Amino acid sequence: MSTVARKKSLIWDYLTTVDHKKIAILYLIAGGFFFLVGGLEALFIRIQLAKPNNDFLVGGLYNQVLTMHGTTMIFFAAMPLVFAMMNAVVPIQIGARDVAFPFLNALGFWLFFFGGVFLNCSWFLGGAPDAGWTSYASLSLESPGHGIDFYVLGLQISGFGTLIGGINFLVTIINMRAPGMTYMRMPMFTWATFVTSALILFAFPPLTVGLIFMMMDRLFGGNFYHPAAGGNTIIWEHLFWIFGHPEVYILVLPAFGIFSEIFATFSRKRLFGYSSMVFATVLIGFLGFMVWAHHMFTVGMGPIANAIFAVATMAIAVPTGIKIFNWLFTMWGGNIRFTTPMMYAVAFIPSFVMGGVTGVMNAAAAADYQYHDSYFVVAHFHYVIVGGVVFALLAGAHYWWPKMFGKMLNETLGKITFWLFFIGFHLTFFIQHFLGLMGMPRRVFTYLPGQGFETGNMISTVGAFFMAAATIVLLINVIVTSVKGQKAEADAWGDGRTLEWAVASPPPEYNFAQTPLVRGLDAYWIEKMEGKKGLTPAEPLGDIHMPNSSILPFVISLGLFIAAFGFMYRTEASWGLAVGIIGLLITLGSMFLRSVIDDHGFHIHKEEVLEAEKGVKA
Amino acid sequence: MANQTNTGNPHVDLAYRRKKNAEEMKHQVISFVLMIALTLIAFFAVGYNEFSHWFSVPFILLLAIVQVAFQLYYFMHMSHKGHELPSLFIYGGVLVAFVTVWAFMTVVWW
Repeated sequence: MSTVARKKSLIWDYLTTVDHKKIAILYLIAGGFFFLVGGLEALFIRIQLAKPNNDFLVGGLYNQVLTMHGTTMIFFAAMPLVFAMMNAVVPIQIGARDVAFPFLNALGFWLFFFGGVFLNCSWFLGGAPDAGWTSYASLSLESPGHGIDFYVLGLQISGFGTLIGGINFLVTIINMRAPGMTYMRMPMFTWATFVTSALILFAFPPLTVGLIFMMMDRLFGGNFYHPAAGGNTIIWEHLFWIFGHPEVYILVLPAFGIFSEIFATFSRKRLFGYSSMVFATVLIGFLGFMVWAHHMFTVGMGPIANAIFAVATMAIAVPTGIKIFNWLFTMWGGNIRFTTPMMYAVAFIPSFVMGGVTGVMNAAAAADYQYHDSYFVVAHFHYVIVGGVVFALLAGAHYWWPKMFGKMLNETLGKITFWLFFIGFHLTFFIQHFLGLMGMPRRVFTYLPGQGFETGNMISTVGAFFMAAATIVLLINVIVTSVKGQKAEADAWGDGRTLEWAVASPPPEYNFAQTPLVRGLDAYWIEKMEGKKGLTPAEPLGDIHMPNSSILPFVISLGLFIAAFGFMYRTEASWGLAVGIIGLLITLGSMFLRSVIDDHGFHIHKEEVLEAEKGVKA
Repeated sequence: MANQTNTGNPHVDLAYRRKKNAEEMKHQVISFVLMIALTLIAFFAVGYNEFSHWFSVPFILLLAIVQVAFQLYYFMHMSHKGHELPSLFIYGGVLVAFVTVWAFMTVVWW
């Protein structure tokens, strides 16, 4: 098939794509959209809390907005944005032409997307979930309406997608590395993706089990969590946190990976202590499974359990500390350039360390009885998640934007975004430590005057508006850049070290005309230091085999989306069961089609590759 | 994975591969017979009234573990070269699951 014959409309192209670079853009757009939704919800929360006795969002509605803020930000903003970075970069960083299972990659995206859309449909269909993002069973089983059902079913659908994505990256990194790319030559972001994917593989099944129990209890008359029927609500808490604690490392390890790339690039130095960084990443991933009960110190597990989980939790500070020092030593003596991504990276270190220190404070079980359910905890996890993950995602977006879209983001606007966001972030959350220590409880929709909470809450609200302004500047930057941005070169920042900077921006469909030979850590830097223009090829130029696009991932996910509505309304609407079954038939039918249709993909011929490469080089 | 050769020609070491495959087949048959035997023993242990549950339940769990090992190592070829990473992930998962259950049994609930 020739290039001309493959041209199709933009929308159809993106609906059917199996190309990891286009899927990265889909993740970026969808995750960015949910980030805006979650951010808007955060603003509403802060407006309500700006002054005592406020009536902007009262009672149940506040609970819904609060629940949806947390759920959206974790599952539908941070996770897909992390996947956007992984998809955009990892296959190119290891010298591969795509992920191992391009079809599954698309399926993972569409499952996530329909799960998120399903959850947000709750706003228009009788109310959103209102039991907090942790959705503890004692609350959620009693919640009237369908809010919690939207949570349970939406998270299950998107959870399938995440699990598929994680397995896909594991197989990709294990099997598809270019010749010479040994494990200890993999860029740090690839390592982070590898460990993160392993965490996804082991952490999401407990969540799935928890959600299925919850679904049985709420929709099909089960009693796993009903104490009156012999169940136990604490089972949910354990299952949720056995997933939930690794989940925060699933988010923050890629963030560490992104910053490792940025520090090395803009210090023009090799990452300090590469092997200890790998070791620390693996150790954090492993220890992440041993500490879930530190979220439940006040549940009443007893002093022995609390003490053991407290010590295990504090142990995680050691590998994290190794990483912090390695980043500092990477900068030490380096030729530092303060570009926008580098400013996020530098700001990340003190911000994240503060979150880490309050983390160790929370880990001291006896002290935690004071902090528990107060704004101190809110301040702590926003310092690690915003100061760590969101900073990294913003930094990564600026850093890899030229690679993904072929245009440089405006640096001036980027720095304005950074300063507004950085100031707004600390303004919002620093004061919350003290509000918490003064006794302000989390998840409560208002407070009375005269308790000393007024000033702190007003400062916090002002900070939130700074972050909103930063986001608007970022959006303006994106629009201005796409209209008249400066075209990016292959090595967009001039100091690229890893393989993604050796291919054109944006990369051709097949990434590498010839699979590269990797001769060490920072493969592209090595070639540049030896005065070479490009990579050393590991194979002769030939036809390139590519997978065909397919609409089936979209249809499979759409079927589950329809089925979820059917089963939710099964008992109260006559059409419920029928719609549920039709949805499942759509899903199973398209899976059957996928199995029986022989799809051998197509070849891009050598002549076409030569033609395309000439255009780039000229 | 066991049949990987350095030459592109699959006929070169045909005799060697024949022998290897015959050996492989012998292992498969032996473990198949053993697995059927283990299953029969499990049925017997449950059906025989003289054994108390305190013996038969742990006993059939033990048989189950042996069967899983047979399944993985003989039928799914985990004993062959090139399965280091699957082993790492399986044992890593087993370790994490074990520590979790162990924590429940020792410090969390009892």
